Amino acid sequence: MDVEILARIQFAFTIAFHYIYPPLSIGLGLLLVVFEGLYLKTGNKMYEQITRFWIKIFALIFGIGVATGIIMEFEFGTNWATYSKYVGDIFGSALAAEGIFAFALESGFLGILIFGWNRVSSRVHFFSTVMVFLGSMFSAIWIVVANSWQQTPAGFHIVGTGMEARAEITDFWAMVFNPSSVQRLMHVWIAAFLAGIFLVLSVNAWYILKGKHLDIAKRSFKIALVAATVFSLLQLVAGHSSADVVYKHQPAKLAALEGHYDSMAVADMFLLGYVDQKNQKVTGIRIPGGLSFLTQFDFKKPVKGLNAFKPEERPTQVNTIFQFYHIMVGLGMFMIALTLYASWLSFRNKLFEKRWLMWIFVWAVLGPQIANQTGWFAAEMGRQPWVVYGLLKTSDALSKTVTANQIVFSLVMFAVVYLLLFVLFLYLLNKKIVHGPVDYGTKEDIEEGSKRDNPILDHTGKGAIAAH
Amino acid sequence: METFLGFDYNVWWFLVFGAVISGYAILDGFDLGAGSLHLFLTKEQSRRIALNAIGPVWDGNEVWLVIGGGALFAGFPVAYAAIFSAFYVPFMVFLVGLIFRGVAIEFRSKEPGKLWRKTWDIVYCVASIIISLSLGLMLGNVAYGISLNEHKEFAGDWLSFFNFFSIMVAITTLALFMMHGAIYLTMKTESRLYTKLYLLARQFIIFFVLSFVITTLYTLLYVPHLSDFFREHPSSFIVPILMVLAIANIPRLLKKGNYRYAFIFSSATIALLLIMVALEVFPYLLYSRGNPQNSITVHNAAASPKTMKILLIIALIGTPLVGTYTSFVFWTFKGKVKLDETSY
Repeated sequence: MDVEILARIQFAFTIAFHYIYPPLSIGLGLLLVVFEGLYLKTGNKMYEQITRFWIKIFALIFGIGVATGIIMEFEFGTNWATYSKYVGDIFGSALAAEGIFAFALESGFLGILIFGWNRVSSRVHFFSTVMVFLGSMFSAIWIVVANSWQQTPAGFHIVGTGMEARAEITDFWAMVFNPSSVQRLMHVWIAAFLAGIFLVLSVNAWYILKGKHLDIAKRSFKIALVAATVFSLLQLVAGHSSADVVYKHQPAKLAALEGHYDSMAVADMFLLGYVDQKNQKVTGIRIPGGLSFLTQFDFKKPVKGLNAFKPEERPTQVNTIFQFYHIMVGLGMFMIALTLYASWLSFRNKLFEKRWLMWIFVWAVLGPQIANQTGWFAAEMGRQPWVVYGLLKTSDALSKTVTANQIVFSLVMFAVVYLLLFVLFLYLLNKKIVHGPVDYGTKEDIEEGSKRDNPILDHTGKGAIAAH
Repeated sequence: METFLGFDYNVWWFLVFGAVISGYAILDGFDLGAGSLHLFLTKEQSRRIALNAIGPVWDGNEVWLVIGGGALFAGFPVAYAAIFSAFYVPFMVFLVGLIFRGVAIEFRSKEPGKLWRKTWDIVYCVASIIISLSLGLMLGNVAYGISLNEHKEFAGDWLSFFNFFSIMVAITTLALFMMHGAIYLTMKTESRLYTKLYLLARQFIIFFVLSFVITTLYTLLYVPHLSDFFREHPSSFIVPILMVLAIANIPRLLKKGNYRYAFIFSSATIALLLIMVALEVFPYLLYSRGNPQNSITVHNAAASPKTMKILLIIALIGTPLVGTYTSFVFWTFKGKVKLDETSY
C-alpha cells in the first residue's frame, strides 16, 4: 500500500478511536452541571451521590480522551508535514487557542473535580464542574473551527507557489466564522450532548431493570430523558442547517451524500439504498425530489450532481459516503422517536413498567456513538480528494520524508495499544457501573464505599507515617 | 518587520514558545521524575502517596505540551512540519509512552489485585523513563542538528539520532527530571518516606551534575555551533553560573528541611538550563548539519506577521488565565498528601 492510503488509514483510525471519548466528556459534563447544580440548590444528598458517581466515570473517559488526543495534535506534523506547512498559519492558531483557552481550563479544574471534595467548598466544587464543562465546550469550538476551515476556507490568501505555497490569514474573524463553523459546531455540540446523555440513560435503565439503586436511577433517568428529548429534536434543526451549508459550499459532497450524479435531474432523497457507482444509479426507498425540496423548497428544481465535477475533483467512494450518511440520519430519527415515545410514557407515569423499552435504552448508548462516527466519516470522505476544499489535495499533503514502513510500524503499534486500551476501558467502565453510586452520607458509608474500591488498603490516611 | 520593544514578533514568539517548553519541563518534569523513580519506592502505601502527590495536577501539567505543540505549529509551521516528520520514530515512541503513563496512573488504583498494581507500577515507571529519554534525545538532536535538504525536509537516517551528544542530553534530561521529581515528592511526604526521598534526591543531584558536566565538556570540545555564542558573549556566562549556584544550593536547602525552596531552586535550574539551550541554538529552530544554509530559523520558518500578532494577543489573554487557575489548583492541593476516599 502507498503512503497516502496508509497515512489516511492511520489518521482515520486514531481520530475515530479518540472521538469515542470527547463527546462523552462534553455530554456528561452537561449533566454533571445539572446534577451538581440540583445538589447545590436542593441540598438533596441523592444528587451528591449521582454527581460523585458520574465524576468517577467522567475521569475514566477523560483520561483516555487526553491520552489519545495528544496523538492527534502531533500527527499533523508527523504524517502530514506538507499540509502543516500549508495551513500552519491558520490551523495552527486554532490549535494553539484550543490548548490555551480550552484544554488548560478543562484539565486544570479536573483535579479539583475528582480530588477536591474534601478540600474546597461545595460552591467552589460546583464552579470547577462548570469550568470543566465549559473547557470541553471551548475545545469543541476550536477543533470544529479548524476542521470547518478545511471544508469552507475563508479569511485567507495564498502566498507563494509550488512547494512554498501556503495559506496566510487576512481576517482572523472571517477565518473563525467561516461559512460552515457555526452550523457544524451546533451539530457537533448537540451530537456530543446526546452521546453523554444516552450513556446516563443506558446505565440507569440497566439499574432499573436489575432493581438496583432504584431511587437514584429513576430520578437520573427522568432528568436525562428530558435533555435527550430536547436535544434529539434540536439535532434535526442543526443537522438540516449543516446540510444546507454543504449544499451551498460543498456541492460535490452533497451530491455524494445522496448518490446524485446528474445535474439536470431532480434530486431524490433516500431512506435506504445502494449506489451502483458504475452505472451511476441508486436503488432503494426514495422520496422523489426530496433533496431538491430540502435544499430549495421546490420538488422540481434540479440539484448539481457529481458529474458536474471532473473525476479527479470529486469523491470516489460514493456508496460508502452514502451509507455512512444514511446510518447517521436514520439513527437521528430513531433517537427522536425513542425519546418522544419515552417522554409520553413518562408523562403518563408508565415509563418504568415497560421493560422492553428499558432494554432498548440500555443498548441505545451505541446510537449517538455510531451516528457520531458515521457522520464524521461522511463529512471527511465527502470532502475528498481535497484536504482543504478546493485548495490542497490530500495526496499533496503528506510528509515527504516519511516512508510506508514507518507508517505501518506506527499503525500497528497504535492498533495494538488502542485495542488494549479499549478492552481495559470497557472492563473498568463495566466495573464502575456494577459497583454503582455510593452513599457518601456518613463517615462509615464513605469507608464502606472506598473499601469496595480498594479492599486491601488502609483508608485512614495514617499509613503515611509507617510507609517508606 | 514590525517590532515590539526592539524585538520583532518572531523573536517574541520564540520567547513565548521557550517559556511554554520551560513550563512543561518544570511542571510535567516532576511528574515524569516521580514516575521514573516510582519503583525505588517499595511499599504499596508509599507508591499510593507518590501517585496521589501528582494525582490532581499531572493532567494540567501535560497541557503545557499541548500548548507547546500548538505554539510551534501556529508560529513556526515549517519547523513543526520538519521536526515531527523527521523525528517520526522517536516521536511515536514518545507518544505511546505518554498514553501508557496516563492510563497507568488512572488504571492502577481501579483494581485491588497485587499483580494488577505491580503491572501498572512497572508500566508507569518504564513509560516515564521512556518519555524523558525520548524527549531529551529529540531536544539533543534539535540542538545538535540533523541533515536537511533544500526544502527544509529531513534527508538523513533516523539511526543518526543516536549520536553521543544527543544520548548524553537524553540521560541528562532523565537525571534532571528524577532529581526534580524526588524534590517535589519531599514536599508532599512525611517521616520515613520523606527521608527515603531525601536520600534519593541527593543521589539524583549527583547523577544530574555528572551527566551535565560530561555533556557540557563534549559541547565545548566538539559542537562548535552550540558553544560559539558563549565564546563571543562572555557576559552570557552569567546563565550557567547562576545555574550552578542554583543546583549547589539544593542539597543545603534539603538538609535544612526547606523543601519548598529546594523545589523552587530545582525549577530554576530547569529554566536556566533551557535558557542556556535557547541562547545556544538561537536563531536556529532546527540546525541543518552538513549544510547550515538549509537550517530552519525563527525567520524562515515563521507564520505571517498577521498570525504572529494574533498569536501574541492570544498568549497575552491566555497566559494570565492559565496562570491564575493553575496557581489556584496547586494552592488547593498544597501540603502533605492525605489519602481519602477520592484518592488513587
